[in-house]
Amino acid sequence: MAEQVLAADGTPLKASLNRALRRQKMRALMLIAPLLLFIMLTFIIPIGQMLFRSVENQIVGDTIPRTVEALDSWDHDADDIPPPPVFDALAQDLMVAVELKEHTRLGSRLNYEMSGISSLFRKSGRRVDDIGEVYTDQFVALDPAWEEPATWVGLLADPKWIAAREAWDGTGDEPAFIMSRAAKTVLPQTASIYADFARVIQTEDNDSPAEEEPWHVVYLALYNDLTANPSLEVTGPLSGLISSAAAAVPSFETEDVVATFEGFDDDWKNPEIWETIYTYSPAYTNGYFLNSVDLQKTNEGVAWQPENEQIYLTLFWRTMVMSLTITFSCILLGYPVAWMLANLPARKANLLMILVLLPFWTSLLVRTSAWKVLLQNQGVINDLLVWVGFVADDNRLALINNATGTVIAMTHILLPFMILPLYSVMQTIPATYLRAAKSLGATNWTAFWRVYFPQSVPGIGAGSILVFILSIGYYITPEIVGGTKGVFISNRIAYHISSSLNWGLAAALGAILLAIVLALYWAYDRIVGIDNVKLGG
Amino acid sequence: MSLPIYATTGQKIWYYSFRVIVGLILFFLIAPIIIIIPLSFNAENFFTFTPKMLALDPEGYSLKHYRDFFTNPDWIRPLKNSLIIAPFATIISVSLGTLAAIGLSQSHVPFRRGIMAILISPMIVPLIISATGMFFFYSQMGLWMEETFGISKSLSGYIKVILAHAALGIPFVIITVTATLVGFDQSLTRAAANMGATPTVTFFRVQMPLILPGVISGGLFAFITSFDEVVVVLFVGAAAQKTLPWQMFTGLREQISPTILAVATVLVGISILLLATVELLRRRSERLRGMSPS
Repeated sequence: MAEQVLAADGTPLKASLNRALRRQKMRALMLIAPLLLFIMLTFIIPIGQMLFRSVENQIVGDTIPRTVEALDSWDHDADDIPPPPVFDALAQDLMVAVELKEHTRLGSRLNYEMSGISSLFRKSGRRVDDIGEVYTDQFVALDPAWEEPATWVGLLADPKWIAAREAWDGTGDEPAFIMSRAAKTVLPQTASIYADFARVIQTEDNDSPAEEEPWHVVYLALYNDLTANPSLEVTGPLSGLISSAAAAVPSFETEDVVATFEGFDDDWKNPEIWETIYTYSPAYTNGYFLNSVDLQKTNEGVAWQPENEQIYLTLFWRTMVMSLTITFSCILLGYPVAWMLANLPARKANLLMILVLLPFWTSLLVRTSAWKVLLQNQGVINDLLVWVGFVADDNRLALINNATGTVIAMTHILLPFMILPLYSVMQTIPATYLRAAKSLGATNWTAFWRVYFPQSVPGIGAGSILVFILSIGYYITPEIVGGTKGVFISNRIAYHISSSLNWGLAAALGAILLAIVLALYWAYDRIVGIDNVKLGG
Repeated sequence: MSLPIYATTGQKIWYYSFRVIVGLILFFLIAPIIIIIPLSFNAENFFTFTPKMLALDPEGYSLKHYRDFFTNPDWIRPLKNSLIIAPFATIISVSLGTLAAIGLSQSHVPFRRGIMAILISPMIVPLIISATGMFFFYSQMGLWMEETFGISKSLSGYIKVILAHAALGIPFVIITVTATLVGFDQSLTRAAANMGATPTVTFFRVQMPLILPGVISGGLFAFITSFDEVVVVLFVGAAAQKTLPWQMFTGLREQISPTILAVATVLVGISILLLATVELLRRRSERLRGMSPS
């Protein structure tokens, strides 16, 4: 039997070593943990939240829940506006939204999908509090008790809430309203809207539902409940009030809510408005992603955007083409410089290296301002060209506010990122290979093309991917020297964040760009390796 | 790569024209940065050389744009903001980044590749996407901070920008410090421990002095990242946190004033200073590791 090796403290050596290894791992992780946590909080979660925002669409379902539910029963293929119950639901939803000041937000959200909806919601929001007044007047005429807030509380509030309210000493907030369970089953529509009413009164106005007369739409809901179920019964002291009202409603003068809405704005007659609301009612949508590739959702499925609104594919395409142009210019300009640096004696090469590193270290804004100044119509370059006689004074070259400006400035800015990886690869190619090729009879060109160039390809690959990744995400330089024809997809993202406020679309465009960059980065990792990223020597 | 005696005329022509081409490319690289320096001394509000300047007439030159930079509150405030935000962001990135880099260079780290990818990600993700993500998250975080801790809007704005810039600077610290640690002889810490030093003493007396050049150049990278950064601060910050690059960006986009050239010249001076420091540190670090500077 083999003797077990023991450590100094008497435990088996194997266990002791394992424990030491575990401790070492733990210590390493403990050192990394603070930073990992920091990056997670300050960077990864924000990015994740942006990705989530690109599909999230809860605003429609949250703001007009009743309408969304009622629209489920709408036959949206019939090319007609939805039935009256949908309008009733909309009246109630809109009333709540107006009180919470949320209807304009919803309007601008839906306006991204169909222009005009924003003003439609704003216009209707101003007048929605009149809907149902006909019913209020008739209920009150029938029995003045309907005017009393106490009647409504007695009818709809949970006894527990009434007790809690009586016990409340008046300091702080009133106990939150609780709907009675019986009311929810007997008067579903009324209970639902009254619950919202009570919540708004309590949270927004800091008032009590026990002291406020309900909105007109609550009376509308009550009318609907009573007509839907004439034989309904409530127990308690108010049963007489309800049954007499139930008996009276069939003879009530009615309000055509559909006509009322159409009176607010003719657009409510437009089935397309309703289709848009219906299409964008789910809590999650791929609509933003479709929009980012010039598609849109319609009730017949996915379709192209109208011709004059197709801009994103063009922009993506332009971003790609211009980034490729910049990458090629960088290869063209970077290769000779890198060759020179790699083949000069160290002292001279170091001196030239400063010329490459200084731009690399100079602020991006400085270099961009330099180009803005140089490329202007009255700038140094044009002045020089006129002085040489290359162009006429009245026919100066348009070098800025177009694609040319972006390509020139960005090639200059990204050139060091091409030269540095090329240089580090070329440094490893022995000069003897070229001499060997030549001594074997190759011409200068053959020696370069067949021997040297293939060995420098990894450097070109690394530099190209780096330059390409950096350039497709560029924002500042195109914004300043690109005008309208020389801007990238990132400028559009910034526009949607700060000007149009269509954040969902901005997030979707960002998500697509991120996917492209990560794919390229993965390729970079395969070719060069993540650990070989070097910073200026 | 000198020209051999037996080179043909064609080879000679190619040899010299190649040098001229490389010279032109290097000129293209450096000229835009150099040319703004004399332009910033322009006595007129022009962006090109006036006849007086070309004639080297002293009257064509003046310091008025520099005076404007150092007296105009439109420039002073951003300068102050930049000088507040960048150091704090640097301190956060350097302290957390150095600790993590030391952790990452241990011999047994589970999930090293994955962790590395996450830590480097702020450098990979295009700034516009980082800025978009941060825009959503940080505005909520700002509100939360104001409500929970009762701090002012301006303070929470600074905190937001500092945190965002610290996140952007971290990859640079990680990369430079890990690169320095590759050449660090782990037996030195073991020797120190053997002689009775606690881990803290070992860190500050043995490890830190040796990796200090790497830490400092990582810190300089982080500083310049924050000091130059404009996209994220544009999205995360409010007008009260306007930094120098932001002011330059606004100036370039709206009405461009020649003061920008003076600011740019000052920034070029700072870059030269930083470049020289990093280069010196790199050489020192290589000397410490027993390698001669290339």
